[in-house]
Formats: sequence, C-alpha cells, structure tokens
Amino acid sequence: MEQEIAIGAIEERAELPLVARMHDWVVTVDHKRLGLMYISGGLLFFVVAGLQAVTIRLQLAFPSNHLVPPQVFNRLLTMHGTAMVFLVGMPILTGFFNYLVPLMIGAHDMAFPRLNAFGFWLWLFGALLLYFSYLGADGLYGAGSAPDVGWFAYAPLTERAFSRGNSTDYWILSIFLTSVGSTATAINLVATIFCLRCKGMTLNKMPVLVWLTLVVAFLMLVALPPLSAAQAMLLLDRYLGAHFFDTQAGGSAILWQHFFWIFGHPEVYVLVVPAFAFASEIIPVFSRKVIFGYQVMVAASVAIGFISLSVWAHHMFSVGMTPAGNAFFATSTMLVGVPTGIKIFNWIGTIWGGKIRFRVPMLFSLGFLFQFMIAGLTGIMLAVAPFDWQLTDTYFVVAHFHYVLIGAIVFMIFAAIYYWFPKATGRMLSERLGQWHFWLFLIGFHMTFDTLHFAGIHGMPRRIYTYQPGRGLEAFNLIASIGAVLQAVAVVVLVINVIRSLVNGQEAGPDPWDAWTLEWTTTSPPPEYNFAVEPEVRSRRPLWDLKHPEDPDWLYE
Amino acid sequence: MAVAAALSPAPSTEPWTLPRRGRVGVLALILTESAFFSIFVAAYIFYIGKSLTGPYPRDVLSPPIINTICLLSSSLTIVLAVRALRLDKIGTFAFWWLVTLLLALEFLAGTGMEWYRLIYHRGLTIRTNLFATTYYSLVGLHALHVTVGMLMILIVMLLTLGKHVTRRYAEQVEVLSWYWHFVDAVWVVVFLTVYIIGR
Amino acid sequence: MTIWSAVPAVVALSPVSAFADWGVGKSNSKFPQPDLFAPVSTPAHDIETLAWFAITICAGIALIVGGILLYGIIAYRVRRGDDGSEPPQVYGSNPIEFAWTVIPLLIVFVLILTTARTIYSIQGRPRPPGALTVHIIGHQWWWEVRYPSLNITTANEIHVPLSEPSNDNPTFLDLESADVAHSFWVPQLAGKTDVIPNRKNTMWIDPHKAGTYLGQCAEFCGTEHALMLLRVVVEPPAQWQQWVASQQKPAVHEPSAAHGRRVFESTACVNCHTVQGTVASGRFGPDLTHIMSRETIAAGAAVNTPEHLKIWIRDPDLIKPGALMPAMNLNGHDLDDVAGYLASLR
Repeated sequence: MEQEIAIGAIEERAELPLVARMHDWVVTVDHKRLGLMYISGGLLFFVVAGLQAVTIRLQLAFPSNHLVPPQVFNRLLTMHGTAMVFLVGMPILTGFFNYLVPLMIGAHDMAFPRLNAFGFWLWLFGALLLYFSYLGADGLYGAGSAPDVGWFAYAPLTERAFSRGNSTDYWILSIFLTSVGSTATAINLVATIFCLRCKGMTLNKMPVLVWLTLVVAFLMLVALPPLSAAQAMLLLDRYLGAHFFDTQAGGSAILWQHFFWIFGHPEVYVLVVPAFAFASEIIPVFSRKVIFGYQVMVAASVAIGFISLSVWAHHMFSVGMTPAGNAFFATSTMLVGVPTGIKIFNWIGTIWGGKIRFRVPMLFSLGFLFQFMIAGLTGIMLAVAPFDWQLTDTYFVVAHFHYVLIGAIVFMIFAAIYYWFPKATGRMLSERLGQWHFWLFLIGFHMTFDTLHFAGIHGMPRRIYTYQPGRGLEAFNLIASIGAVLQAVAVVVLVINVIRSLVNGQEAGPDPWDAWTLEWTTTSPPPEYNFAVEPEVRSRRPLWDLKHPEDPDWLYE
Repeated sequence: MAVAAALSPAPSTEPWTLPRRGRVGVLALILTESAFFSIFVAAYIFYIGKSLTGPYPRDVLSPPIINTICLLSSSLTIVLAVRALRLDKIGTFAFWWLVTLLLALEFLAGTGMEWYRLIYHRGLTIRTNLFATTYYSLVGLHALHVTVGMLMILIVMLLTLGKHVTRRYAEQVEVLSWYWHFVDAVWVVVFLTVYIIGR
Repeated sequence: MTIWSAVPAVVALSPVSAFADWGVGKSNSKFPQPDLFAPVSTPAHDIETLAWFAITICAGIALIVGGILLYGIIAYRVRRGDDGSEPPQVYGSNPIEFAWTVIPLLIVFVLILTTARTIYSIQGRPRPPGALTVHIIGHQWWWEVRYPSLNITTANEIHVPLSEPSNDNPTFLDLESADVAHSFWVPQLAGKTDVIPNRKNTMWIDPHKAGTYLGQCAEFCGTEHALMLLRVVVEPPAQWQQWVASQQKPAVHEPSAAHGRRVFESTACVNCHTVQGTVASGRFGPDLTHIMSRETIAAGAAVNTPEHLKIWIRDPDLIKPGALMPAMNLNGHDLDDVAGYLASLR
C-alpha cells in the first residue's frame, strides 16, 4: 500500500506546473537529484573555466602578444585553476558518488539527506561568490577584482601589502564555503557506506567504486582542513594584523606552502581516485570480465590514500629544504607510484582475455589508461628532486598535471557520463556524436599537452602572460593553442549530444550495458525510493549471479 | 533480488547489523576537526621562540588550572548524564546535564577573563607578535568549539526542561557527548602545547 | 583594478606595440635557447645525467606497459559474429600481483639511490673559502645584484667568471627577497632555487663555457612575473677583469649631460635609484651607475637603447604594464635630457 502511494505520488508530480517542479528540485534531499545538481553545476563551471583556458591559450599563441593585459591574464589563470579544482572537479566527482553510492549498496538514500542538501547549496553559494569577485572585489582603494594570485595563493603575495582590495578575500571565503560543503559530503559518504549497506554486502563485497569512495571521503576529511586552516590564518593576517605569514614580523612564507600542499597533494588524489573508481566499474563491463585482483585493487587504493599524505613537499623541492628533506619526499613520492602502477596493471589484467566492446565509455577509458600511465611516469620524473629543480614551476609540470586532470580525470568523467547518463535519464547518448566527441577531444588534448612538456624543458615557466621571441617557444605554444580550440569544439559536441538525447534520445531500459552492479536493477531513471525491497547480495556482482545462475561469482570469490 | 536471495545457498543467518549512522557521522566530524586543529597546533609549535619582540610566553602566561579542572570534569559529568538517560532517570540526567553546562560556562568565563587580563593589562593582542598570533588563534579556535558545544548542550537543557528529552533520544544525546569529549581532548593538547611545551 | 581599466592599456598598447617585443627577440636569438639538456655548469650537468637516466627508465616502462596494453586491446577486441558468450572470468593471481609489485619497488629503489646521490652532490657542496659570492635580491619585478667582495652593485644582468675544469672557479649565489617569493632560474647553469623573504637560500654554478645564458623568475610574484628576466654572462678571465674594473669605476660625469643630471637629481628619480658618487641613493629600484653596460632594461623587457629608455621613462606601462615605476610626466625637453644623462652612464 505504501509503495502504491509512493508511486502514485511520483506520477502526480510529473503533471505539476513548472514552478512546482522547480520548487521540488530546490527543496530536494534526494541523493539522485542532488547528485545531478552537483554534476550539472560542475559542468557549467567546466564551460566557464574552459573558456578562460582558451583565452589563456589565445594570449600565449604568439610571443609578446597583447590580447589581454597582464592583470587580466593573472586573474584568468587564478580563476581557471581555482574553478577547475573546486567548482568542477570536486562537485562533478562527488556528485557522481552522491548519485551512485546509495544505489550501488542497495540503500534508499544517503545517511544524512538534509546534510546532503545543505552541502550542495553551500557549494553553490561558494561557487557564485568566487565569480562575484569580478564585480565585488574593488575594495577601499579601487584595487582588486577577481583573485589574481594563482590557485595556490602563495604568501606573502596574498598579504595585505601585496594584494590590495578584496580579491584574495573572495578567494579565501568562497573556497572556505565550498570546503565546508565538501566536508559535509565526505561525512555523509562515510556514514552511508558504513551504515546503510544492504544485507549480505560486507565491506569485502562492495563494488570497487564504493571502496574508493571511502578512500576519497577519508582523504577529504583529513586533507581539506589544512587548507581551511591556512585560509583562516591568512584572513587573520589580512584583517586582524596577525603575523602567520608576515615575513617582516618573523613569519614564514614557507609555512603557507607546507600547509597548502599538505592539503594540495591529497587533494589531487581526491580528484583522481574517483577516476580510478569509474574505470574499475566501466572497464570490466566493456571487457566482459570481472575486475582482476579486487582485493589488491582495494588495498592499493587504501595504500595510495595513506602514502599520499606524506608526499606534499615534492611541490617545494626548490624552496631550499635540506638534502635529507628533499630525499625523504622524493622517496615517498616514488613509493606512491608503486600502488598506482599496480592498479594500472590490474586494469590491463581485466582487459586481458576479455571481449572488448569499443563503445564510447570504453574509448574514454582506454584513453585514460594510456594517458594516466604517461602522467604517472612524468610524475616519477618530477619526483627525482634534482630533475624537479629544473622542471618545477615550468610548463612541464603544467603538462604533467593536465595529463592527470584532463587525460585521466576528465576522460573518465566523460566515460562516466556516457555510461550512467542512461541510468539517470532513461535515454542513451548518441554513439555517433560520442565518437566525434572522443576523437576530437583526444587529438586536441594531445596537441596541447604533449607539446607543452617541451615548452617547459625549453625554459618556459608557469603563469607568465607572455614570452619573448628568440627562446624557441613559439612553435610549442602555437600548436598547444590550436589543440585547446579543438578540445573546446569537442565539448560543444558533447553538449549537443546531451541536449538532443534529453529531448528524444533512444530509450535505455534498466540495463543497457549488460552490467553487474545493483544500480542496473532499477528502472531508468530509478524511482525516488531506489529499491522497493531491500536487496540481498551474495557476491560483488549480484547481477552476474542472476544472469549466470549456473556459474555465480560467490563460488570463486 | 528475491530471486538472488533464493539462489544463494545458505545465506548467513546472523542478523545484519551495521554501525549506527550518528556515531559514524560524529566520528568522521571528530577526525576532520582534529586535522583542522593540528594545523593550528603545528603553527604554534613552529613559531615557538621566533617572536621578534615581546611579551613572551613566560612573561604573561599562567596555566589555567581551575578552567582545566572544570572542563575535564565536565567530561565526567556528561558521561553520568548520558548513563542516567539510558536508565530513563530523567531527573538525574537533567541534574548532571546542568552541571556540565555550568562547568562549560565556567571555562568560557575563565578564558574570557584571562584574555581580558592579557589584552588590557599586558598589552598582548593578536597583532603583537608571533606568540600572540598563534596563542589567540589556537586558544580562540578551541574556545569557539567549546561555545558551539555549550550552545548545543543548552538547547538540550531547554528541551529537557520542556520535558521533550526521553530515553528514546539517548542515542542522539550520547553522540553529542562524544563531540564534547573531543573538545575536552583537544584542550588537553592545547594546554600541553601552550602552557607546558611552549613556555 | 577592474577589467575595464585594462581597456585603455590594451588600446594604447595595440597601435604602438602589437606583438612588439622591444627588440628583445632579436637580442635573444644571439644566445643559446634555454634548454636544460644543454648544460654548461656542473649542477645542470649532474641534473641532466640523472634526467636521462630517469627518462630512459620511464620510457622503457612506457614502451613495455603501453605495448602490452595496445596488444591487449587489439588481441582481445570482440570479433564480428561473436556469439555473445562471456569469456572466462579470472578473479586475480597472487604470483602475478607479487611480480608486478616487486619489480616496480626495485626500480624505485634504484631511482631513489641515484636521486639521493645527486641531491647531496649539488646541495651539499661546501663553499670554498675564496669563492666569488654574488648577493641577489629579488624584487617585484627585477633583480638586484651585488658583489660584496668587489664593491659592485648592478641589476638584472649578472656577470660571472669562467670556471674551467683545470681551474675550478665556482660562483656562489646568495638569494634573498625584498618582498614576495621569486625563483632564480637559468636552465643551463643550475636548477632553480626559490628566493623567499625572511630566508636566505644559496646555490652555486661553475660555468665552463663562455657566453650569455637566458633565464627568468620562476615563481609567480605578481603582475609582471613574466618579464622578470635574467641574463648571466660568463666571461673568460680577461673580459671578467675588464668588466669588474669598469663596474668599480665611479659614475661617468659627462658635461653635455649636465642638465639631464640636474633634472634626474631634482625629481623623484633619486627616491628609488642610485647613481654612485651622486646624491641619488634610492634603493627601491635598480642601481643606474653603469646602466649602459647592460643590454636590456626593465629586467629584460626591452633592449637598452636611448629610444627605449625614453619610452620607459615617459610611461613604463607601455613596455611593462603594472611595473612599479610610475610615469614621470616629464616634458619633452626634460625627458630627452634625462634619457641623455642615463645614456651617458656607461
């Protein structure tokens, strides 16, 4: 009876006027809706920050170019970096976890649905606050617009003396807000995973994505506070005359760097581990094989989480630490590469002996595999501290981390969109447009970031609004800029694909990919309550067991 | 899924119990807050002895013994309160809860008076030197958490007076008490850092 | 500064200097292009050797793993006419996991040892008692260069003596900052070392090939971080002595530049600039005593010609928007004379 009322209520809602339906979205605490809101908001800022990147590349396409003056350029690079990490990466990835985790563990919703909504709105207001700085940050002296101190805002450039107006304050406050929202989400995910799993789903039987969500959530809980703490200290310096980073009073500029990177390095794992999670769900399905080495994958990810907390000063090799300090961080950084490599090998092991279907999610996943491997190897090069003394703060690093951020993370975000869009909307994305999207983006990505490695080797530092001719940088920059435009075109193709599919895409059904985890047992889209009856599972792939009753997973796990 | 359940031979007959979400949630909160505090402690320790001018810690700091006794006792009284609530002894619960509240208030008042003395009599403000910067931020951050905890304790006190708090809510009250224990544990660390190590 | 206040700058700049590099491009092309794989000094050499070692290992891994992945993708693609059956499900293999854990650990072990050795050989070199020390102070957005033992002060262009294997003559650089964090980087000479306020960092170079080597600031330090360039001129012994002697001479007093000198000394110029032996003793901006001995001005933003000097003094924002030197608002006559005075300071 309760179920009938629930279903009936949902059907009624579809006929409500637009305002009422919008109101539903505003007050929702449903993890699926909040997840979609996070993802949509993140994708919107992806377009904005992406256009800022294209502008950067247009300015740098030619030496001594004057498309934008240095002040504008410095704001572009700061906002591009800050937005991509906090307003694109975090919300999209946690949005996917928000959507998928309760479904994958057979739960009705997250542990704290209202906290979930609170986290989203906090994130949204923080995001809008950051961009509002363009308008609002003039401050008392007419100085200041959007923040222009780089996304890592090194002290003492951010102190009052060198950053007049309120641009830095907008950077501090907006990120503080979004970080509180992220922390709320992390608490929610931990509680959900520990407390709401369906019957039979021990920790050893959770999908890999859920395990990796746990790792990400723990990293967020431990790594976000150092940034918030450092930002609070900076705010105290700027407004109450404190001296945390005031070098004239004996304060230390290096202390900011330590605190920032104690956050900053785990943060990049917060961003990349979700990509691993998506890959661990998508690659098996399109290889038609169970993931190779489930327990090793989980253990390696947990190891990555822990070791990543000890590598932060590899961002600081050139500040003049002692040789012992440099050697320690070089060691820990190389060590974190070992479990990371193991994961790559396990994905290859998953593909091996399979029957690979080259649908769009798999294309992006294969790009991820190659590109993440290369990114990891340039990371090893950077871990060699003396080599880093040449490479740090150059376009080599920019190329390396964009290889991770785009080549691994954005590629897997695209894969995840193509893979789970049918579940969330009930419609398939066009395979043909998806191919266009993939190939255009792949070519553009490599044009830009393969060449930028060489610009770094040839002496091009980061965050410069221009470079002069006669230094061998012209060709690299021009090619890189053309690649950026190609990537933008590819994203336009994706947008067209999404809109057309929402309007009249092919119907998806509950399980279009012939997959094996619990989210594929519901309708597409799932009902508000997810599962009418609490599932009971016996293995890591409950649907495989259903589809192959003669050969279920639990005989082999 | 009923089909799947039927297929699996001998599913475990043990009851499927998972941890309670309130407990996991507050433990996660405590983990993240610990990370937050440790950065301020790290800054405090980093800057020991680095102030360019005085006043210096041993000139102006005196260990707040009474405040500490009150705050740490409040952990004991809150345990007694929760235990009483689980046994449905609302009157006893209300008594120990009130004592906890008063002890928290004493701590805050004591800290306030200490700061008044430092600011007005010794001229130590957050902008005076590195010691002052790290002292006020660390102790202040902790006092902020005491305040938030105290406000939540006050809300529960008011709900108790309105006869709304019963054994049914013992789990939520206990979860709040865990937060309170965390605040006390942080004070132990802050006390050791500021008044023992830092002097 | 809002985005709109940038518009006049953009407009003003366009007809005057769309793509203008103030002659620096041509000047740059006389010298080797910065390239960390063309080292001329021991730290850079040691780094290059280690770099090739790391690159070789990484390239090897990439070829092997990438090759296996590529093979797997091709060999295990689903074939046309496939019956839709599932392939054998392989859950894992402990021996394989062990193998591909141990091998990377061994590789890492080797890399760590070689890395540590180079770290210590570069950072751990003690300063020989008679070694030349250059004191470099980073400013927004220029480099103050002092030779305490030689009583020389200059800016942005650093001359150092050649150091030959038979006659080891390293130069030690002490790095400090007057304001925010910068980073000293000349790829062919050494890795970069950050220049941080309230902290003294030291590095050393021993270039064995004469020539001019290009570098620039490598830590974002504000508006004109991009144009905080460096030139290090490595001089064989004779030229080195010549340069030292000429820098140690007092400022040239040319009678024809007298009026220009008067204007210079009676306007705000002296608040920021020093010309040794005159009343000008400001420390906020570069020392101008021998400004004409430098190839560029504005920390490498423009080639040092009287014409560019004039434009720079008239309005620094035309060459380096955001530079901390204000436009001096001199009338045409005074401007010519001051530029003439500076042009006489060889």
